[in-house]
Amino acid sequence: MPSRPELTAPPEFFYNEEEARKYTTSSRIIEIQGKLTERALELLALPDDGVPRLLLDIGCGSGLSGETLSEKEHHWIGLDISKSMLDVALEREVDGDLLLADMGQGLTLRPGVIDGAISISAVQWLCNADKSSNEPRLRLKAFFGSLYRCLTRGARAVLQLYPENEAQLEMITASAMRSGFAGGVVVDFPHSTRAKKYFLVLTCGPPSLSSALPKAKSEDGESCSDDSDSDEENKTVSISDRRRPRKKQKVNKKGKGREWVVKKKEQMRKKGHSVPPDTKYTARKRKAHF
Amino acid sequence: MRLLTHNMLSSNIKGVTNGFPLRLQVEKSVEKEVDLNPDFLKNIFPKIEWKALVDASHALGYPELPDDAEPSMLDSHDFLKKFHHALLELHVEEGALICPETGRNFPINKGIPNMLLHEDEV
Ligand SMILES: C[S@@+](CC[C@H](N)C(=O)[O-])C[C@H]1O[C@@H](n2cnc3c(N)ncnc32)[C@H](O)[C@@H]1O
Repeated sequence: MPSRPELTAPPEFFYNEEEARKYTTSSRIIEIQGKLTERALELLALPDDGVPRLLLDIGCGSGLSGETLSEKEHHWIGLDISKSMLDVALEREVDGDLLLADMGQGLTLRPGVIDGAISISAVQWLCNADKSSNEPRLRLKAFFGSLYRCLTRGARAVLQLYPENEAQLEMITASAMRSGFAGGVVVDFPHSTRAKKYFLVLTCGPPSLSSALPKAKSEDGESCSDDSDSDEENKTVSISDRRRPRKKQKVNKKGKGREWVVKKKEQMRKKGHSVPPDTKYTARKRKAHF
Repeated sequence: MRLLTHNMLSSNIKGVTNGFPLRLQVEKSVEKEVDLNPDFLKNIFPKIEWKALVDASHALGYPELPDDAEPSMLDSHDFLKKFHHALLELHVEEGALICPETGRNFPINKGIPNMLLHEDEV
């Protein structure tokens, strides 16, 4: 990437009046942000019951992402650190409520009230240390901790972001996991430098089938990673849940373990195969025979 | 800002243990009509802090909500209409949110609460 706006100035200065207007009148940007939001909504996997939800749009800017949420009838609260961006959102009469707020200071929301959160092209800004008071690790911690708390149990957060490099992506993901989230990174169009997009897909609450990572998109429109043991190009990188005891993780490496077996069996059942029921004998360790 | 959002907001100033509800000061408000969706209302109802909603709607000059509410009331269309109106149609345009513990004032301008904290509040 030739120039990263993140390297030029803090977000509330970079997104000034001029930039906010430029940003929101570019038909190319409007299209891209709309598409990214649609994909984020898909990854959010809300129940398919037609009921509008209360969603959060983190770094909502001028409302390009929020508009896609409104199209799907959802109610949303958007927050952004740039007053100029929010002013443009007002002009465009977005349906969501807006807050002038810094996600790095933690979200100012009650626990367990939000049905899902999206963030489109914003979270990488948290890694800026452009003010002496900005300590990226602390800001990430405040952000993910408060995000985890305000979501209902089992809800998801899908954060599309532009990490500067591997290390930055790792720092962000690790911080999310430390806050209690399960999930990982989905990379769409991994083979195209231009189209490549990173989505951090996080689930709040204990890991379950629903926290299994969704599949990434590839250029030919097919999902490009099939199974946990596919090739090195596999782009759905799962990150194990931090609360799973260490010992168990080790066992899993060698012998897969019960959780894995049960999940696999469930997958096979969904595909219509006949699979024996899960019992206490499932994936039980066998004694060594001599 | 609608009362839906007010009902979810909480102050997170350093040291504050219970930042909810933020007291609402209204200087200017507007009403905007939106379609009533019973499913949304039923889904959000358990998450609403009722007393805070009643108090906030009073601050906006809307005294129609009952002091107490329970899920069975969601079957009444009359109740849904009032709940819908208070939650989604009343907007605070100018005013302030006041932290219940510290008294810190978060101004609301053009309908947008300014929740930015000073460095020593983080
Ligand atoms: C590329 S824009 C995306 C805006 C919108 N989500 C969209 O899709 O059009 C990134 C936005 O993130 C906001 N942002 C950056 N750092 C932020 C922070 N710490 N808290 C809240 N918003 C932030 C910026 O002000 C900017 O509006």
